[in-house]
Amino acid sequence: MASKTITLHVNGEVRTITVRASDTLLFALRGKLGLTGPKPGCLNGDCGACTINVDGWPMKSCLMLAVEAVGKEVVTIEGLHDTPIQRAFVEEFAFQCGYCTPGFIMNCHSLLKQHPDADDRIIKEWLESNICRCTSYIEIEKAVKSVLRKEEPGG
Amino acid sequence: MLPFDFDYFQPKSLKEAVELFRYLEQQGKQPMFFSGGTELITLGRIDLAFSDAVIDIKNIPECKVMQYSGDYLFIGGALSLTQIEEANPFPLLTKVASEVADHTARGKITLGGNICAQIFYREAVLPLLLADSQLLIVGPEGVQTIHINDIFQQQLKLKKGELLVQTATERRFIEAPFFTVKRRQQWDTGYPLITIAALKIDQEFRVAISGLCPFPFRSQEAEAYLNRQGSMEERIDGALSVLPKPILDDVEGSAQYRLFVLRNLLYDALVALE
Repeated sequence: MASKTITLHVNGEVRTITVRASDTLLFALRGKLGLTGPKPGCLNGDCGACTINVDGWPMKSCLMLAVEAVGKEVVTIEGLHDTPIQRAFVEEFAFQCGYCTPGFIMNCHSLLKQHPDADDRIIKEWLESNICRCTSYIEIEKAVKSVLRKEEPGG
Repeated sequence: MLPFDFDYFQPKSLKEAVELFRYLEQQGKQPMFFSGGTELITLGRIDLAFSDAVIDIKNIPECKVMQYSGDYLFIGGALSLTQIEEANPFPLLTKVASEVADHTARGKITLGGNICAQIFYREAVLPLLLADSQLLIVGPEGVQTIHINDIFQQQLKLKKGELLVQTATERRFIEAPFFTVKRRQQWDTGYPLITIAALKIDQEFRVAISGLCPFPFRSQEAEAYLNRQGSMEERIDGALSVLPKPILDDVEGSAQYRLFVLRNLLYDALVALE
C-alpha cells in the first residue's frame, strides 16, 4: 500500500496522520493538519513561500515528503509566537501582500538561530532562497538586521 | 503533488538497500534510490520522473560520513550541500556547491543527488573531477572503489541497482590553490550560464566546466593547451579549439556568447592561479 500512517512532531505537538508516501510535507501540513501558514507557490523549490523549519533549519516543504519528516521537529509559522523576527517584520513593515511572509519569517528565524552573528554575506545567501513579488527586500533585510543588533521594536 | 504513488523504504544498511532494490525489481517495480529527492519531487510533478518504490538512503551511516581517514577526506553521498558548506572540509567543493540552487534548497539537495542528477549542470562534480577523487559504489557486485574520471563521462555511469556511497579525496588536492566562478545571465540566483572550476597542482592547471555543454566535464586536452608555454591568448585559443561538443545554445545564452564568457573565465583563472 502506498498510504502510510505516520506520526509527526509539529509545533510542539504529536500528530498522527495518514498520507500517501508521495505526498509532500507541504500538502500534509495544509491538507491533513490544517496548517495553512506554509504557502503553496511554485511547488518547485524556487519561491520559498512554503518554508518551514525542520530540526532548526529552513526547509522548503514542497521539496520534502511527509514521510521524511518522521522523527524530526517541524515548526511552521503557526508555531512561532511573538518572536523577535515577527515583531521586527511588523515594526519595519517588511511585507505588502503578505503571501511570502510566513516563508520569509521561518527562514529568517532559522538564520537568526543558526547564525546569531550573521554578516551581510550570510544574510544575503540565506535570504536569496525566498522571493517577494512585492519586492519588500530592503525592509526584510532591515528587520533581520534589527534583530541581529537586538534593537527593541520601536526603539 | 506527485501524480503517482510509491512505496517508501528506509534501509539501515548498504546490504539491505542493495538487496531491497534487487527484490523490488524482481517484483516488477521501478525502484529508485533517494537521498534529497528534490529531482523526483520536482520532475515527478510534471511527469518527467517516476518511481513506484523509493529507497531512502539517508539512514545508512556510510552515506552520511564527513571525515578524514589518513590522507583522504570521505564525504557521504547523502549529506546535503548545506551540511558540506557549513562544515567546509573541502573549500573548492564548498564554493562550487554554495552556488547550486539556493541556500534553503541546498539543505535538501545532496552531494550524491547532485552528481547523479538528470539536470545537466551537476556542478558538485567539478571539484571531484579536478581532484581525482575516488568514488565508493555499492551494488549487486559488491563494493567498488572507482576513479571518478573512469566512471564519470558526461554523467555518472552507474549500473542498475548501484548506489554512490561516498567520495574520497586526497588532502593535497583539497589544499591546492583553486579558482571558481559561476556566471549567470543576470543577478545572483537562477540557472547558470557557465560554471568554471580550476585547480593548480604540481605546477599544472586543471579545469572543469559546467553549463557549456549539456554535461559537466574536465578536459585534459584543454588543460594540455593551458599548460603549454606561450602567450595567454594562444593557450586559451588552443583550449577553446578542443572543447567537447555540442556547445549549448539556448535561452540562457547563445553558443557564441557562452564561448565568449568562457574565454574570459579562462583568462581570469590563469591570472588567479599563475
